[in-house]
Amino acid sequence: MNNLPPETPAPAGSAVRGVKRPAWARVGERILEGLIYVCGFSAIVFVLGIFAFVLKEALPIFARESFSLTQFLFSDQWYPTSELNKRYGVFAMIAGTGAVTLLAMAIAVPFGIGAAIFLSEFCGPKLREALKIIIELLAAIPSVVWGFIGLSVMSRLIMQYTGAPVGVNVLNGGIILALMSVPIIVSIGEDALKAVPDSYREAALALGVTKWQLIRRVLLPAAKNGLLAAVLLGVGRGVGETMAVLMATGHAVHIPHSVLDSVRTLTANIAAELGEAPAGSDHYRVLFLTGVLLFTLTFGVNLIADLVVRGIKKR
Amino acid sequence: MAVETHIEVTDLRLAYGHREVIHGISFDVRRGEIFGIIGPAQSAKTSLLRCLNRTIDFTPDTHVSGSIKIDGQDVRKTGSVYALRRKIGMVAPLPVGLPLTIYDNVAFAPRCAGLTRRSALAPIVERCLRQAALWDEVKDRLNSLGTRLSGGQQQRLTIARALSHQPEVLCLDEFSIAIDPVTTMRIEDVLKELRREMTIILVTNLTQQARRLADRTMFLWNGDIVEIGTTDVIFGDRPKDRRTYDYVQGIFG
Amino acid sequence: MTDAPENNFTATPLIRKRLRQETMAKWIFFGMAAAMVVPLLLIIGYLAVRAAPSLSLEFILDVPRRGMTAGGIWPALVGTIYLVFLSLAVSAPIGILAAIYLNEYARDNWFNRVINLAVLNLAGVPSIVHALFGLGAFVYAARFGYSIISAALTLAIMTLPVIIASTREALASVPPSFREACWNVGATRWQAIRAVVLPNAISGILTGVILQVSRAAGETAPIMFTGAVFFKAVERGDLFPYYLDEQCMALSMHLYTLSTQVPGVMESIPYATAIVLLGSVLLVNAMAISLRVYLRTRKKW
Repeated sequence: MNNLPPETPAPAGSAVRGVKRPAWARVGERILEGLIYVCGFSAIVFVLGIFAFVLKEALPIFARESFSLTQFLFSDQWYPTSELNKRYGVFAMIAGTGAVTLLAMAIAVPFGIGAAIFLSEFCGPKLREALKIIIELLAAIPSVVWGFIGLSVMSRLIMQYTGAPVGVNVLNGGIILALMSVPIIVSIGEDALKAVPDSYREAALALGVTKWQLIRRVLLPAAKNGLLAAVLLGVGRGVGETMAVLMATGHAVHIPHSVLDSVRTLTANIAAELGEAPAGSDHYRVLFLTGVLLFTLTFGVNLIADLVVRGIKKR
Repeated sequence: MAVETHIEVTDLRLAYGHREVIHGISFDVRRGEIFGIIGPAQSAKTSLLRCLNRTIDFTPDTHVSGSIKIDGQDVRKTGSVYALRRKIGMVAPLPVGLPLTIYDNVAFAPRCAGLTRRSALAPIVERCLRQAALWDEVKDRLNSLGTRLSGGQQQRLTIARALSHQPEVLCLDEFSIAIDPVTTMRIEDVLKELRREMTIILVTNLTQQARRLADRTMFLWNGDIVEIGTTDVIFGDRPKDRRTYDYVQGIFG
Repeated sequence: MTDAPENNFTATPLIRKRLRQETMAKWIFFGMAAAMVVPLLLIIGYLAVRAAPSLSLEFILDVPRRGMTAGGIWPALVGTIYLVFLSLAVSAPIGILAAIYLNEYARDNWFNRVINLAVLNLAGVPSIVHALFGLGAFVYAARFGYSIISAALTLAIMTLPVIIASTREALASVPPSFREACWNVGATRWQAIRAVVLPNAISGILTGVILQVSRAAGETAPIMFTGAVFFKAVERGDLFPYYLDEQCMALSMHLYTLSTQVPGVMESIPYATAIVLLGSVLLVNAMAISLRVYLRTRKKW
């Protein structure tokens, strides 16, 4: 039996009331909380710092008469080391980035979303757990290893099966980039499908539809925004990827006409030439300007993706 | 017992964003009484308690006006909000055993207050566990996790924790919602004992519980006071307001 | 209907067609999932086979010889370890505290929405832009020169979002009712975090730190122009070959150099380098994953 004790013991001698925390504890807590606030704000400092420093190194180029922004953006003439007539046009690189990213998305989006559907709708919990772990490991492979795979394995396969003279080209970069972006598309896409309330599924299944009809008529429309965000984040990753495309796309600065053409992307261009450009030279500043362009581009894509995701959460 | 006002609420209003949930209520709680608060769901009973110990501050976008005075001291002008919360013991509807040992669960509040000597903590832990009628069940395993106890035990652990900083006021928010009737009866016995030492505010959706325990009861409905009265009147045949009668008799609610 | 009652629920041709459709859809989606997993396993297997002639303990412990066309990877491995731990020492505390701020202190106002956006974009900034920033800020502006410090700081900022995200997730998984229970007995925010939130989130935070290690170990672009160098003469098996203000070799950079810049490398060496890099990154990740799975089985509530 656990009745009340016959008498409550007398209140303990030293009451809690009136006790004070020692000064060092209170001051220490203040200092620590100050530190927490500072670190919390640091993300803003870093992002602004990145933009400011890259912009700072790029800005003096605008003072040069020979430089024009329109030429930079819309000319495909890239001759940074020419003796007589230096020309800095990155349009060919923009086209290269566009071509590789587009091809990568054309491969990765259907496969990524298909895999996301399989994960969230068809497979059992054990298999799902296993696949998710594999996808996580897939996402962890360093980009330089991807580049190496492109350079050594993929290029040989491409030369063998397409008869192309060079194996490092848009197709190679696109496939490698697709494999790299699939994990992010799968994981965000699966989250989006998970976010569709189960009541939708039950309501549809109660009407006697098959799973395929359920997916096509109910889930895909309902998860539309989340899937869009997944694709956008994949695009962001594709535009920003450096090492893999540097090694897998070849180095030809020209606008590609077929998937078997070698190209150079914006990121690869910086990585390839920054080492040779003397600090403070025009060439160096133009490369930083390319960095500003990349920063703005990925910032925009990520911002839109975030707005899309936020739109889902609000609903 | 001399009638002495312990808590004085004057024209209290509370809004979440633009939605006002408490519409200017005023009432007194007397020292040493059990003050029952009854009312259907959504009548702002929990919000009222959170205004009392100012944990409402943690909810963003809330606006409080009016005053709540404990011992004549306005809670919103108090020097240390932590000292204020230590004056008030709060027991939530669902038992919350912190993922600490049973001993640490009860010693947590004194430690936060700055009491760290083991010789001072041990008697407090034992006294509070005894007061909450839990001591005999756990005295041999004070070092096991509080979260491993059963629901009813966890609720008594929560009460022990609420008593550990020697509060002057004990607020219980629908404490019996998640526990079985036997444990409920046992905790009710505990409360009858405790009323000798402190003022108790008992928020409950079981009208019969308020009838069994409370000296006076307030019927709160949609953020307004319908009626305050002694237990005889509220639960009698002729409360002042028709709605009180209907609610107590279970005609609506 | 003329059928007997028990036949009322048999499949009509239409239903059979739909069911076939469903099975087909299932297999197509399965194929899509398999299409990303299987080739990858094949590729890794291929890399491993090609790497086999070079893979040995000697390969790891030896230094590159004969103009990097033979020998091992020791200096690159040690350099990567230097970079990873130095960057971790900077970014783990900042990242964890930032996550505590975002999850425990930040109210939902425009300023904190901006911070969230900043974290999100920090994760999205291309690695080569981080390299440009590191070059401009640490190498030139802060006058650290091309050095391990510059490279590690660049890596630290780059991997910050990883640890912020995983720490936040770990903190958010501690139920809010625990915090409220602490506040109710007069605990300050920090006391509640210290006593209840952190002890229960620590394993998740640890997982995040491990993931950060793997991320930092694999990055190439950010260190390429801030502190990593093609070649540096180092004693075989030397544990402390670098000063912090000089440049170092790194595994990821070494792989890039071997496969694109150095002619006449022994065939299997780049493959073996790739396998060591890939193997260590995947190993670290697998550790994080198994830690997470293990901890999920022994929650305290």
